[in-house]
Amino acid sequence: MAVAKQKMLALNGDEAVAYAVKQSDVDVVAAYPITPQTIIVERFSEYVADGEVDTEFVCVESEHSALTACLTAAATGARAFTATASAGLALMHEILYVTSGCRAPVVMAIVNRALSAPLNIHCDHSDSMVERDCSWIQIYVENSQEAYDSIIQAFKIAENQELLLPVMVGLDGFTLSHTLENVQTLPDDLVKKFVGTRKFPLVTSHEGKNVPFKLDPKKPMTIGPIDLYDYYFEHKRQQEEAMQIAPKIIQQVHKEYAKISGRRYGNGLIEPYHLEDAEMAIVCVGSTSGTVKTVVNELRSKGTKVGLLRLRTFRPLPVKEITKALENVKAVAVMDRSLSFGGHGGAVFHEIRHVLYDASKHPYVVNYIYGLGGRDTSPNLIQKIYRDLQRILETQQIEKPVQFIGLRE
Amino acid sequence: MFSEWKFAAKDIAEKPDLFTSGHRACAGCASATVLRLIMKATMGPTIVTTATGCMEVASTIYPYTSWKIPWIHTAFENAAANASGIEAALKILKKKGRIPQEQVDVIAFAGDGGTYDIGIQALSGAVERGHDFLYVLYDNEAYMNTGIQRSGGTPLGASTTTSPAGTVMPGKLEPKKPITEIIVAHNIPYAATASPYYWRDLIAKARKGIEVNGPAFLHVFAPCPRGWRSDISKSIELSCLAVETCVFPLWEAINGEYQLSAPSKAIALKPERKKPVREYLQMQGRFRHLFTPKFEKVIDEIQRITDERWQRLLKKCSMALN
Amino acid sequence: MTTQEKVWKEIPMAGVCWKPSTQYLTGDWKTYKPIRDLEKCTRCVLCVLFCPDGAIHWKPEKEDIEFDFNFCKGCGICANECPVDAIEMKLAEET
Repeated sequence: MAVAKQKMLALNGDEAVAYAVKQSDVDVVAAYPITPQTIIVERFSEYVADGEVDTEFVCVESEHSALTACLTAAATGARAFTATASAGLALMHEILYVTSGCRAPVVMAIVNRALSAPLNIHCDHSDSMVERDCSWIQIYVENSQEAYDSIIQAFKIAENQELLLPVMVGLDGFTLSHTLENVQTLPDDLVKKFVGTRKFPLVTSHEGKNVPFKLDPKKPMTIGPIDLYDYYFEHKRQQEEAMQIAPKIIQQVHKEYAKISGRRYGNGLIEPYHLEDAEMAIVCVGSTSGTVKTVVNELRSKGTKVGLLRLRTFRPLPVKEITKALENVKAVAVMDRSLSFGGHGGAVFHEIRHVLYDASKHPYVVNYIYGLGGRDTSPNLIQKIYRDLQRILETQQIEKPVQFIGLRE
Repeated sequence: MFSEWKFAAKDIAEKPDLFTSGHRACAGCASATVLRLIMKATMGPTIVTTATGCMEVASTIYPYTSWKIPWIHTAFENAAANASGIEAALKILKKKGRIPQEQVDVIAFAGDGGTYDIGIQALSGAVERGHDFLYVLYDNEAYMNTGIQRSGGTPLGASTTTSPAGTVMPGKLEPKKPITEIIVAHNIPYAATASPYYWRDLIAKARKGIEVNGPAFLHVFAPCPRGWRSDISKSIELSCLAVETCVFPLWEAINGEYQLSAPSKAIALKPERKKPVREYLQMQGRFRHLFTPKFEKVIDEIQRITDERWQRLLKKCSMALN
Repeated sequence: MTTQEKVWKEIPMAGVCWKPSTQYLTGDWKTYKPIRDLEKCTRCVLCVLFCPDGAIHWKPEKEDIEFDFNFCKGCGICANECPVDAIEMKLAEET
């Protein structure tokens, strides 16, 4: 298929998400407002008010109910979407596990924001990083264009019959959510065709019949029972199996989408940037990758062999891809926009270093905690990180494995 | 339709159970009777959701299920949100022609903990939004599933594991929260109280709640022998006595208009029929400590509160005497 | 846990139940068992309505009720509510 003719719109990240949802033939949106996600629900409410969408919009009284309603709507056979941030995601915590456990393919935009206290409305990744173990696929985007593209892909990934796992798409609060960008948008009918309508795998019910996996009065099914030590473990193993096949499906959907849009983000899992011959690399998620790319270009023009690995899919962790991308690099700095207090660094650092333990070669791996509560991370700071890596290579020594950057010390 | 519904005992008895045998509720559990009877009030396609609690746990111990209709449980505090999502999905899927063009009824069951306490926010939101569903509160007056801890629905003087009767404390210090009145204050189209002893009244109210457009709330009294320390054969009798003592009067509010239901109306018209609360309390071990010199004044207080609430209800029903 | 239990690949996903509870017999919970006096019984079916366990069935073709002891937990609600005292609870092991 040829790349479709697209329409360029000036959208901020939140608007790009709302626009993608509008085009994706979503049946139920249940959401609750929280800064900096509000524009998503506001724009979507306008689409509803103007009759531009065929969607049941449930303006719930809390995030807990937002995700609950999406879960049961999805279990009833609907395509469901919600969006939240920070405290809202924390309030959903319980239902995140229930949603994935019930294999409800809900799609959710997370407009990444710091957690209280003290109260802060600006970007960091504490809200979603803490939810990395809840059996949701996690995709982090670099810009509003990717937010638009990823939401559309997310429905197709989540609803894949082999997978049936919920997907969260993280975009950086304010940096992306409130910043106007040029976003290429696909024609409505093409998006609708791409996402298709929901299909349901067959499962064996208590009546001994193979019935489509949804709440259907003609084909009764019990979802969400009490499951004790005799089977709970087996169900969790099934979820892990879904996570194991997820990389294949994410890549497949990413590739199909590239065919109609002409846009690619690495292979959908990771996006290596000038890594082929890099001696030093930064690993990072989200919008800061854009800043790092600028610095890489600058340093490359001076002949320094630096690169970037942007982790687009954090769950499931693309272990093979990370290993291959980083094992020939000599020094790696992992940037974390959240902190595991008392845990020796941030989540991304933990996992990258953990993956590289099994690699054939072991680069130096250090961690930089940055940008908490929306603190700006300038190109100067990124340059400093590369200089630090240079020093590690010269001295063959790591002075501090975990550091704060952009902090007044 | 309501008018087509047959309420004769044998018609009800003949209708196959949709909440079936083999559930693991305790012997003598009135909540199980309540669920059986309410499911007999359904006529067409129905989806049920249940909050975490006794009836959820007893009816779906994996890999078994007691439900012959599609059923989902997600968590404790969100039965009304479950129903909201199901109802929203049904509405839009029907509009898009992806499911048959027929009415599918949605029923949510939750206990007193899941309604008075942790679930009240989701319930309030769902009622305010006007989703078309029947919410059934089966009220056994404490967190029975976790081991008899007090809830907002536990009555004054009841000994529970978190409001134990001690040497200085007479069990729970506060009376029940008036949950159904709170829901009526949402301008809900239909709300009612019911008791399994008055099975015909219960089923008729469930039917009305299902048929009304928009949300409906049914508060059903459900004695629990395990938690109330009562004889397992007395659960239905207790649900009769609660009405006869006016501890749990039967009424309904249709578009906010209160009216007494027949069993309570009979008492309103002939107040001499109203039995003292003592008769009801003495059948239950959870009130045993009140029948000692130290705490017997609490019985008077329970009587006073019961009378006061009954008088207030009569006023709401425009039946106040004097 | 017995070796007959299914492995993770064999069970339906998402905890979907695959057995009706009517295959789980609760009848052995009982200490007492309801014994009905056929003479006294008026077939009013109140016991059918009140039974928490759905263990008493109304059989229109026989114009009679039937106890299902596979599920009866022996609570005695039927005996307590019977308006004509046609049901008596007796120790199950003696009947």
